[in-house]
Amino acid sequence: MNYLDLVQILDSTIRLSTPLLFACLAGLFSERSGVFDIGLEGKILISAFFSAAVAALTGSVWLGLGAGIAASVVFALIHGLASITFRGDQLISGVAINFLAAGMTVLIAQDWFAQGGRTPQLSGSARFSSIDLPFADALRDVPLLGPLYAEALSGHTILVYAGLLAVPLTWYVLFRTRFGLRLRAVGENPGAVDTAGVSVVRLRYAAVLICGVLCGMAGSYLATGLAASFTQNMSAGRGFIALAALIFAKWRPWYALGACLLFGLLQAISNRYSSIDLVVIEIPNAFVLALPYILTVVILAGFVGKATPPRAGGEPYVKER
Amino acid sequence: MTAPAIELKGISKAFGPVQANKDIAIRVMPGTIHGIIGENGAGKSTLMSILYGFYKADKGEIFIRGQKTEIPDSQAAIAAGIGMVFQHFKLVQNFTVLENIVLGAEEGAFLKTSLGKARKLLKELSEEYELHVDPDAKIEDLGVGMQQRVEILKALYRRADILILDEPTGVLTPAEADHLFRILEGLKREGKTIILITHKLREIMETTDTVSVMRRGEMTATVKTSETSPQELAELMVGREVLLRVEKKPATPGDVVLEVENLKVVDGSGVERLRGISLKVRAGEILGICGVAGNGQSELLEVLGGMRVGTGKVTVNGQQIDLTGTKSDARTRRKRGIAHVPEDRQTEGLIMDFFAWENVGFGYHDDPRYQNGLMMDNNALREDAEAKIKKFDVRPANCWLTAKNFSGGNQQKLVIARELERNPDLLLVGQPTRGVDIGAIEFIHEQIVALRDAGKAVLLVSVELDEILSLSDRIAVIFDGRIMGERLPSETDERELGLMMAGITDTDKDHSVKDIEANLAKAGGGSR
Repeated sequence: MNYLDLVQILDSTIRLSTPLLFACLAGLFSERSGVFDIGLEGKILISAFFSAAVAALTGSVWLGLGAGIAASVVFALIHGLASITFRGDQLISGVAINFLAAGMTVLIAQDWFAQGGRTPQLSGSARFSSIDLPFADALRDVPLLGPLYAEALSGHTILVYAGLLAVPLTWYVLFRTRFGLRLRAVGENPGAVDTAGVSVVRLRYAAVLICGVLCGMAGSYLATGLAASFTQNMSAGRGFIALAALIFAKWRPWYALGACLLFGLLQAISNRYSSIDLVVIEIPNAFVLALPYILTVVILAGFVGKATPPRAGGEPYVKER
Repeated sequence: MTAPAIELKGISKAFGPVQANKDIAIRVMPGTIHGIIGENGAGKSTLMSILYGFYKADKGEIFIRGQKTEIPDSQAAIAAGIGMVFQHFKLVQNFTVLENIVLGAEEGAFLKTSLGKARKLLKELSEEYELHVDPDAKIEDLGVGMQQRVEILKALYRRADILILDEPTGVLTPAEADHLFRILEGLKREGKTIILITHKLREIMETTDTVSVMRRGEMTATVKTSETSPQELAELMVGREVLLRVEKKPATPGDVVLEVENLKVVDGSGVERLRGISLKVRAGEILGICGVAGNGQSELLEVLGGMRVGTGKVTVNGQQIDLTGTKSDARTRRKRGIAHVPEDRQTEGLIMDFFAWENVGFGYHDDPRYQNGLMMDNNALREDAEAKIKKFDVRPANCWLTAKNFSGGNQQKLVIARELERNPDLLLVGQPTRGVDIGAIEFIHEQIVALRDAGKAVLLVSVELDEILSLSDRIAVIFDGRIMGERLPSETDERELGLMMAGITDTDKDHSVKDIEANLAKAGGGSR
């Protein structure tokens, strides 16, 4: 493995991390407000489908992005309605959304395009084109840092940069604004927010909406940036990996970036190498492919130390006497 | 004549078939401390929740300073100048004091300016009312007394001039409670109106100007505090004559039943909750353990009751009992003649969704009397339970009701009936009258004393000093997992016990509330 290999792995790490990062930040907003969301997966999937479908039909990736976000927001609102307004079980509602998305996408795809549950291949303006960062070409020949900048950091689509920007933005909103203070409070003790004269319901809906928008961007990037069409179940558990990353990150934006990059790196490695030769033993391909998922299980089983979730998470708010 | 700060007219509120408030009328004059007293379920909290916009009254009108005011939500109550300090604090545990105070009353969308302004105003308020608290401390690191101050500051920050406090002293040591009442006096001098909800007669007599009594959703009387007596108030609350003192004969202690030596308990997060407890309880005596909640008394009951493991030596009737392993469970303890009335009846004493007769049988359901071959003999169990429910005057006397349908006092009677009717050698009893109304308190106290008079040993844990002082034959004070000392009830008072509860042994000297709080915070005891 030479330096250029490493740069290329970093390049695909950033690309593969992006959908995870959007989904992870989506979950962060929702869970910080006290609404657990295991329906990230479903929202990514439905958005991926509508993005690809609308982009294929109109030829505009921007309309595709809008459609993906809209679809994801609708699903988020269903989750909000079930868990905030009707005070239902948030896990069940999340599971339902995942099932709904898995079935609906394939069904509609087959009906619209008759290509075995896929959308047509996207090309040209139906995909996001890559953006070259300033001076990428000029700096390419600078030793060490040059290739890193030109190959790994430059040349991604706009959504990748939006995802990276979303991290400091999320941090700022959460810890430096009134909305963030209230959002964090409502996930810890909705009673305190309610007695302070602020609507718990409105805050949680706002969080769920943001979650929908971010999941929409994750799905849209998946189908129109990372890949060039929608394929059946293309989210491939990314929603759940994002949840694991969220726990790993202890519900903090900057940690979330780190966690998502780690998962992205594992995926990049498993995509690039069919097997890893460690001289003494050879790690077989199947194991390499399974690495991100194994790490997910390990993290969810609580091997990463104590992660305290928002205290009121998962519980609908009922005024007590 | 000045308009009343608050006037309620004809307030009614029903929850389903339960009429929580019936045609309530009350006038609270500005610049006074107005007490509202009543048993649990009398409707005090409901009334205040209506005033704070938590519930909407079915009928009735609210006048604030003479103006008819609609209070559809808490925002409206805050706008009308009403502040409320709830019994269970409404604070965000991992936020700082400043963040908690600002929450919901921010100035502008960005925190920096809001927090800056709040810090300045907070400083002024704390100096004006002697409510000193570190604005940058996290709530979870503060003791309950401090947390309560934050709640009061929260209300003042929102410019409340009517302050409602719901059972404010339930979690405080006597010294902290005294300090609170001094603060309330100060607020009153500044012209604030204070509504104090409590079930403690002594507090009403010592601090209020006027007192209103509620019973079964109705306002039964409003009287000047100077013109009434605790006896009269108790009768107005309960609707009949009640005994405020526990009547009991001197104890005649016999052999040692329970002997505890160097008992230690480490909790799940590795904190040593009991640091070597030694004590003895004899037959025919009640040993009362008092302490601020969280200083190890709960762990003591739990380890003796078989709900927790520990190290050390514990003997009952001369026989050592296991503190770890499979023989350290509650069932084995029961077979050894230990009965346990846990501190929290709703999570540990009862299964709230099960019937009364099932609850009265739990823990003893494997008794051969209730077996019918391989099957449970539910009829035998139920008949037995019915008899106990009758004997302990549980109301309503219907064993087919689920536990959650009984009032707090009657739930407690179910637990007491189950444990006492087994005629144990040793009774472990935690907070026997927490959230229980005066009528039931009297009954429960009689039952505990009767068990003692029958020659049984009783270990009593309570946060109510009155209860400890009136029931116990000996008192041990627990602080930070250690016994600070023992006293006889006849030779001590609330002041001395209160200081010992804060870990202060030289009780002859004067100690400021500051010292006491610092000590409590050090023990990590006050924070729960």
